[in-house]
Amino acid sequence: MWRWPWLRTVLLLALPLAWFVAIYFASLVLLLITSFWTIDTFTTEIVQSWNLDNFQTILTEPTYRTIIGRTVWMAVRVTLIDATIAFPFAYFMARVASRRTQTLLFAAVLLPLWASYLARLYAWILILNHSGVLNSSLQSIGLPAPNLGYTENAMLIVFSYIWLPFMIIPTYAAMERVPESLIEAARDLGARGWRTTLDVVLPLALPGVVAGSIFTFSLTLGDYITPILIGPGTSFIGNVVYSNLGIANNVPFAAALSVVPVVIMAVYLLAARRLGAFEAL
Amino acid sequence: MKGSQFHRLVAVAAAGAAVMAMSACGSTSTGGAALRQPPTAGMKPQTSVAATGEGALNLIDWGGYVQTLWQKPFEDATGCKISYKDAGSSDEMVSLMASGGSWDMVSASGDADLRLIYNGSVKPMNTDLIPDWKNFQTKFQSPPFNTINGIHYGISLQWGPNTLLYNTDKFPTAPTSWGALYDPQYTGLITVPDNAIQIADAALYLSVKNPSLKITDPYELTQTQFDAVVNLLKTQKPLVKKYWPDIATEETLFKSGDVVLGAAWPIMTTDLHLAGAHTADTIPSEGATGWADTWMLATNAPHPNCAYKWAAWVSTAKVQAEQAINYGETPVNKGACAEMESLSPGSCANFHANAPESYFNSIKFWKTPIITCDDGTDTCMAYDKWQAAWTAIKG
Repeated sequence: MWRWPWLRTVLLLALPLAWFVAIYFASLVLLLITSFWTIDTFTTEIVQSWNLDNFQTILTEPTYRTIIGRTVWMAVRVTLIDATIAFPFAYFMARVASRRTQTLLFAAVLLPLWASYLARLYAWILILNHSGVLNSSLQSIGLPAPNLGYTENAMLIVFSYIWLPFMIIPTYAAMERVPESLIEAARDLGARGWRTTLDVVLPLALPGVVAGSIFTFSLTLGDYITPILIGPGTSFIGNVVYSNLGIANNVPFAAALSVVPVVIMAVYLLAARRLGAFEAL
Repeated sequence: MKGSQFHRLVAVAAAGAAVMAMSACGSTSTGGAALRQPPTAGMKPQTSVAATGEGALNLIDWGGYVQTLWQKPFEDATGCKISYKDAGSSDEMVSLMASGGSWDMVSASGDADLRLIYNGSVKPMNTDLIPDWKNFQTKFQSPPFNTINGIHYGISLQWGPNTLLYNTDKFPTAPTSWGALYDPQYTGLITVPDNAIQIADAALYLSVKNPSLKITDPYELTQTQFDAVVNLLKTQKPLVKKYWPDIATEETLFKSGDVVLGAAWPIMTTDLHLAGAHTADTIPSEGATGWADTWMLATNAPHPNCAYKWAAWVSTAKVQAEQAINYGETPVNKGACAEMESLSPGSCANFHANAPESYFNSIKFWKTPIITCDDGTDTCMAYDKWQAAWTAIKG
């Protein structure tokens, strides 16, 4: 066997590769194929006749454009908020905090991921609703109640909270890799703290932020549970996919609509690659 | 049990498929005459039930429809060992049934029935083999949601109305009209189910409020009527705090005080009452929509004798009463009233189990909207239109 190193490689990779191709890749291809089919409206069985009806509906119906626009806009805002929070946080973790504090903060960032996503959503409902902690504590100090429960802003808050760790971790990783020598050099050349951060740390850590944004953006784009539980009931792409699968049983249309986030992410990833995000992962 | 029950609503919508199905058939149907025959219509149901069953029974049910209280005595008496799966939604029921498997029966709701019937998942049943069937309220012996062209595709089980739930602090006396749900003075304090079948509730209200529209059946709307209903729902949208997706969310909204008024089910009134919330429900003067469940027999049921034994068992007055009280719904067996009284005094009247025929006529039971109107013309809006309109209403 040692004489044929390629055999070792094949043996090593066969299983994961088979998995990747057969399960992961094939399902994506099937999704794409299904999106060109339609259903028989009487039996709801899939009719394998090739056409672009589903995509035409998605592109021409104002409702779907609104929903796609709303989803993307939410993903953009969540990404910006998370980046704004994560950058100083990761900076502190990587460059200021002691070893011990660093470990504590790292654990704190990861801690929410140990608890169920649903439990955390319900916790937020209890915080934001009418008789919730937020309203009652603001009222007790004489401020007006913001009544954020079941609003668009509630979704923004909860999405930003839920995906924050996915932004902090890659940003932290990139920040930690910024060589100390470069910062010292900047100081030697007379740059103050702020200028060093802006001109040295930020450009070097940016790929990490972009890598994190891939997560926050794509996770928001695909989520449908937060809108159901936290929002006022308005639809995101995921909700329409869900209701077409689960309620109308229109798998081809759901598949066609699922292609939309895939296309959006493909464009996003190409842009991210240009910004060097993949080296930061 | 609540957990699975909650998606009933979502479930309703599942009807979609059937609906769309029907819209296709609509064009071929002949004015008001017989509906298109389902694929299993020709299958002759069995004429007798074997004394000994097959020893097993596989059910798909709404969580809580199979309970030890009536499961154990059944298994002891018949030797049919039950395995069951709680479904989360009507759609899950439909897809489980369609995916083959060795299911015997499903406790489908009115919205899913047509779909199960028309995709061939269920087959005709012989009501002669259900001794209690003749004791059912007439309305539930051959209801349009499970009986097509005189052929029964299942045995009615239980039903419930869709009620107007309100906060008793805010409303010392019950609102008398569904109009409260469209009243701007309650902006941000209203919740309605996130379900296209909700369009029927608005249609029911408009049928009284705006007689010139001539709405006679909230599930059969012409384009003009449909547009008026959709417009009404669009004006309701800014008033809605949340379109509720499940029972738990709806109850939380009332408990926390986020809303004071909403379209709901009797089970929520019961739950909220137990939780000490200040709420009550009412059926306003316009009447109400309602849901009804049916045990249906799978086309390839491996244990048909056990299935018939089960259908007969859950139809008996005693089990009907037990399930009604356990679940907070209304039995279809007229004899269940006395049993309910002995289990929990007052429950028969509370759940309207002894109501006269006129009461049932005030409830418009969920059925899948199809393209063919009652007058035989193909001018009604089918469910796919409802689904699309609902998505547009919510924005």
